[in-house]
Amino acid sequence: MYATGKYSSRGPALIPRMKTKHRIYYIALFSVVLLGLIATGMFQFWPHSIESSAEWTLEKGSVHDAPLIRLPASSPIPERGDLSCRMHTCFDVYRCGYNPKNKIKVYIYALQRFVDEFGVPISSTGLSREYNDLLSAISDSDFYTDDVTRACLFIPSIDVLNQNSLRIRETAQALAMLPRWDKGMNHLLFNMLPGGPPDYNTALDVPRDRALLAGGGFSTWTYRQGYDVSIPVYSPLSADVVLPERQPGPRHYFILSSQTAIHREYRAELERLKEENGEALLLLDKCSNLSQGAASARKRCYKGQVYDYPQILQESSFCVVLRGARLGQAALSDVLQAGCVPVILADSYILPFSEVLDWKRASVVIPEEKLSEMYTILKSIPHRQVEEMQRQARWFWEAYFSSMKAIGLTTLQIINDRIYPYAARTYEQWNNPPVVKWSSVNSPLFLPLIPPRAPGFTAVVLTYDRIESLFRVITEISKVPSLAKLLIVWNNQNKSPPEESLWPKVGVPLKVVRTKENKLSNRFFPYDEIETESVLAIDDDIIMLTSDELQFGYEVWREFPDRLVGYPGRLHLWDHEMGKWKYESEWTNEVSMVLTGAAFYHKYFNYLYTYKMPGDIKNWVDAHMNCEDIAMNFLVANITGKAPIKVTPRKKFKCPECTAIDGLSLDQTHMVERSECINKFASVFGTMPLKVVEHRADPVLYKDDFPEKLKSFPNIGSL
Amino acid sequence: MQARKKYVLLGLCACCWLVLFYCGGGVQLRLLRLLTHHRSDVLRPWPNWTDRAYLPRYAHLDELQTDPGSAESPRQRRQAWSTVYRDSRCRMDTCFDFSRCRRRGREGFRVYIYPAEKGDRVSESYRKILTSIAESRYYTPDPREACLFVLGIDTLDRDQLSGQFVPNMDERIRSFPSWNDGRNHLIFNLYSGTWPNYTEDLGFNVGQAILAKASLNTEHFRPGFDVSIPLFSRDHPQKGGERGWLLRNTTPPRRKYLLMFKGKRYLTGIGSDTRNALHHIHNGKDIVSLTTCRHGKDWEKHKDARCDHDNLEYERFDYQELLHNSTFCLVPRGRRLGSFRFLESLQAACIPVLLSNGWELPFSDVIQWNQAVIEGDERLLLQVPSTVRAVPNKRVLQLRQRTQMLWDAYFSSVDKIVLTTLEIIKDRVFSHVSRNRYMWNSLPGGLLVLPEFSTHLAHFPFYYLGLGVSPGHEFTAVIHAVSPLVSQSQPIMKLLQVVSRSKYCSQIIILWNSEKPPPSRSKWPPMPVPLVVTDSRRKVRTTSRFLPHVAIETEAVLSLDEDTVLLTSEVNFAFLVWRSFPDRIVGYPPRSHFWDPLKHAWGYTSKWTNEYSIVLTGAAFYHRYYNFLFSHYLPQSLRTLVDRTSNCEDILMNFLVSAATHLPPVKVAQRKQYKEGTKSAPWANPEHFTQRQECVNTFASWFGYMPLVHSQLRLDPVLFKDQVSVLRKKYKDLERA
Repeated sequence: MYATGKYSSRGPALIPRMKTKHRIYYIALFSVVLLGLIATGMFQFWPHSIESSAEWTLEKGSVHDAPLIRLPASSPIPERGDLSCRMHTCFDVYRCGYNPKNKIKVYIYALQRFVDEFGVPISSTGLSREYNDLLSAISDSDFYTDDVTRACLFIPSIDVLNQNSLRIRETAQALAMLPRWDKGMNHLLFNMLPGGPPDYNTALDVPRDRALLAGGGFSTWTYRQGYDVSIPVYSPLSADVVLPERQPGPRHYFILSSQTAIHREYRAELERLKEENGEALLLLDKCSNLSQGAASARKRCYKGQVYDYPQILQESSFCVVLRGARLGQAALSDVLQAGCVPVILADSYILPFSEVLDWKRASVVIPEEKLSEMYTILKSIPHRQVEEMQRQARWFWEAYFSSMKAIGLTTLQIINDRIYPYAARTYEQWNNPPVVKWSSVNSPLFLPLIPPRAPGFTAVVLTYDRIESLFRVITEISKVPSLAKLLIVWNNQNKSPPEESLWPKVGVPLKVVRTKENKLSNRFFPYDEIETESVLAIDDDIIMLTSDELQFGYEVWREFPDRLVGYPGRLHLWDHEMGKWKYESEWTNEVSMVLTGAAFYHKYFNYLYTYKMPGDIKNWVDAHMNCEDIAMNFLVANITGKAPIKVTPRKKFKCPECTAIDGLSLDQTHMVERSECINKFASVFGTMPLKVVEHRADPVLYKDDFPEKLKSFPNIGSL
Repeated sequence: MQARKKYVLLGLCACCWLVLFYCGGGVQLRLLRLLTHHRSDVLRPWPNWTDRAYLPRYAHLDELQTDPGSAESPRQRRQAWSTVYRDSRCRMDTCFDFSRCRRRGREGFRVYIYPAEKGDRVSESYRKILTSIAESRYYTPDPREACLFVLGIDTLDRDQLSGQFVPNMDERIRSFPSWNDGRNHLIFNLYSGTWPNYTEDLGFNVGQAILAKASLNTEHFRPGFDVSIPLFSRDHPQKGGERGWLLRNTTPPRRKYLLMFKGKRYLTGIGSDTRNALHHIHNGKDIVSLTTCRHGKDWEKHKDARCDHDNLEYERFDYQELLHNSTFCLVPRGRRLGSFRFLESLQAACIPVLLSNGWELPFSDVIQWNQAVIEGDERLLLQVPSTVRAVPNKRVLQLRQRTQMLWDAYFSSVDKIVLTTLEIIKDRVFSHVSRNRYMWNSLPGGLLVLPEFSTHLAHFPFYYLGLGVSPGHEFTAVIHAVSPLVSQSQPIMKLLQVVSRSKYCSQIIILWNSEKPPPSRSKWPPMPVPLVVTDSRRKVRTTSRFLPHVAIETEAVLSLDEDTVLLTSEVNFAFLVWRSFPDRIVGYPPRSHFWDPLKHAWGYTSKWTNEYSIVLTGAAFYHRYYNFLFSHYLPQSLRTLVDRTSNCEDILMNFLVSAATHLPPVKVAQRKQYKEGTKSAPWANPEHFTQRQECVNTFASWFGYMPLVHSQLRLDPVLFKDQVSVLRKKYKDLERA
């Protein structure tokens, strides 16, 4: 600083003497100043970065190193939770704002240890292992932010999972001390064991202003629908015991009751059921002769016989989960883990994550009053449904119950879905187990519509240089009544399309698009020029399709707008010798593909082909100049789960003179290549989506003994 | 000199900056933060405590497993609840008397309507609601067997300023002998409260009655007890109703306008906050948000600076035109939370963008609204344009189709709205025989899915694709026999052999409907599949062919007349086709309906035509669930009609299936033309044909619309009548003359 100061003070004096050189001089001076600046800057910042990293290492300390906060006795207590709170009244949505990723940001308060005036901690356990797991999981997730100003949701590090270990008043005071508490606005508390003796409230008793509560054991009267989140009571056994997934199916016992603290009225009732139905029921209780402790929690007894818990749960189709003093029971988690269908008897209980999970598919809820009818009710459930429920139960556990991480992130996702409802996960995403997700289809065109005839279809002709044949195709197609537009995709970059005057005169608009590259995928591009939903893809050498055949094809497409409706049919076969798929173009009794050399389909599939084709299939097709039609068949079958429709018996498409079938080429190499395509695509899709059918579509009166001139489509199937 | 000045200035600036740098700590800190800010992307996670393994459990296993249990008897607790949780805290458990619905299933769920009293005026809408209930299969005229009671007094409009307001409600309802503080009563309401606050107050004490109310507020809504219904207009059709406006899935799915609103602006009072702000998002191009102040008597008194300009702009656009041409439609709250606009945009396939905080959406118990509408927040109005702009095309396509699905399943007529309300309540009463959310939210909608049949999704014909399963590989043939067995050469003998030879046939059931007793076992030909003969002589009924016999164990049913002539390969082929279309009827002889403009009625034809909409069930495959639907969904009146005339059962079945699928049946190839019996058969006489004509019209009027759909195609084997060698063909028999 000293040096630069000196230079600048002397500067003006020097100038008269060095008029011509002053420019260089001052530039030099300026650079020195700049360098000085940078140097000081560096000097200033380095130590800071080192300091902050030192803080980081500090945080890798013990829980007991967390700062101690003393709560004054007079420190304010929040109000009791307001039962009328809803997202639009008690939640500050401005903090979440518009967010292109549709993801809320969650901030976690740093750990502090709160003590009262006399130094007694507010909680007997302090931070529990479960709550620590939960916070770690959140901080590792996409939801986490360390920037308190950008956060939409705040999670206190005060552990309130178990109300029994809390001093209620002091905990409430500690909450109110949080720097961003602001009447609990946008704060989320996790609690699994609410209430305490004698009356066991069904929600956390700690006054908490407007904070959201993720609680285990809500009743319908304390749960604020659309605001609170009902969560499971985590079972620590989940982490300790590995129960392998069992195939759904009948089990040794029909009903199992494994809970040890069942009210005697209910136990009497269960025993009565057992008397009536005998061996189908297994009624377990505490083991009287075992010493207390962790071991006793893992054992159950019936008449002196000892069973391992929770393993025994896997031996029953249904497992009873009765309410105790609390509505939420950790047993529910164990039961689900075992793949046993829970029979839940807890009136008014809000089932965990019931906002998004469809419990009817994984459990049976029976009013407590009807406990005596339990056996009859369960017996009336079809076997296949029980198996589905077992699978579903296990899936719920794996996805939403198995760890504190699963519980925490599911809770956040539910809140996220409320704040960005337009990006919410769907019912299927929440409820379908992976195996169903994998095999089921959700067609993008699921509504059963038969679109009106009037808009007609757009014929898209892919051409390279076969002008003569192209013109013949155009002339033929233009006779089809429902043709709305002709779109010629000119795939030849070296040659210009013929002049306008040379094209055949047709009654509909004819448009030529020139492409940048000679790629097969150009035929499936969703050109803006295609204004109808129905697209007829046709090669420039398909000259033999009659106008009746094409019009009929369009009518068939209208009845099946979500399928490929085409003329030449093909089949895929499993080659047992080679152990792979094989392409078949022989005249078989079956069809699983139609060639897009002449096929109707919905324009939406053009989008999918161009932008959503899985893997590298699109590029692969363009590079090999083959199999675009097979790829399209895969795509459509995969997304709709439906087979294509072959229309009319026609087998000759190109030259009337030829005697044999005209394929693109029938030589062996072509077939081998096509077979390779099928194998390649099947591996990219991870499955074989193609569906084989044995039917084709003909007009109702096709070949019937009926005057030809009264038929709508007489000119069909002459060849 | 100029240059020198410049440099001096520069030098000084540099000095000042440096000085600031060293002395001004605040600036320095701010700069520091600026520089380090990017580090917030590198998340500072929750510390990895060194002693995390030693942290205590949140609860001991013992504490979790043996929760102490209160001494209180559960029975006493439940009784105590019903005295505590009443009125505004009502739940089914505490405010509903289940014992009134004790008989299980449909039989137990009966609805009684109080007779209208003299001098009472009932509004058009309420009349429709009552008609719907009275015509539903749940109606009972006997209050003793009722599970649910509906008032005869019009409670739809509880606005004291309205002409339809009925005074003295409290006294009147208390005089009802079975009122019982509203237990098991269902009260319909569309408008509550009055100017200026439009509260949820109905002007009388509903007690423990279930409210089926429009514009319900989440705070007043008693979850699992009340039912939120949509606001519908007086002109809402009683039955059937118009279909949604979406006829085709245009691609790309965007319409001319992105977002539209056209409606009143409230200058004062409740709801004005939102409506007053709507003009902000108007851009005249793709977002059209128009408001007018011109409503009410004294609008000019309150008018503000915007009014004249807004009113002018308002007249430029037509509401119907906007509805047709907009991708999204704003549905802001009015004075009350719900508005007509909601159903209007749902029908128009204009995706509703809700701005109505705290509105409990219609049938929210069962409908997943976030898959059909965009739930906005009144506080975030200005974000709405960017939100809807960011909705990807794929999602628009999906949302739009879903609006149509919901409209068609639950809202298009008063009948559907009322039935949905009843079904929701019934599902609660019989909760283990109820629909799951998947059934409610996928095609064809919950009303057509009867949980009494099964609660298992794979047992229905609608969900195969959604579950990723395929229909079974076997079928049950059900033969309807009416003539006594006298000779071994009767057609039924041949038919039995043909059908039993099919490798897909698992069993054959003969419905013995003749007056003579069924022949002994030995009279039937030997067959490779089990044969069941059911004797329903005592009540010879035409509908009995569609009874859901417990003996039918396969999903597919092949329904046959005794004189049907078929080949095994025809049966096989048709069955394979059915497996591709398990939700439709797949059969052989087609028929068609048409609109006769001269008679202003539907016509029926058995002539050969180029299209068909019915396939006869004298020989057809269909899913066994339709048997159940036929017997339990359709009203007794239609089934009686069929039984009385011994006719039309096949037409009715086609109506039913097409109403569920919105699709035509499937006709498959057949060798010979199906002969409809012999000379003596009843269908030879012309009266039979006239009856069928009448049936079509009676059925159409019960459904409220014409569900039949035409098809122009027939499904043939791939090589049918092809010139290839016969040896190649799998179904060569079909081509033999």
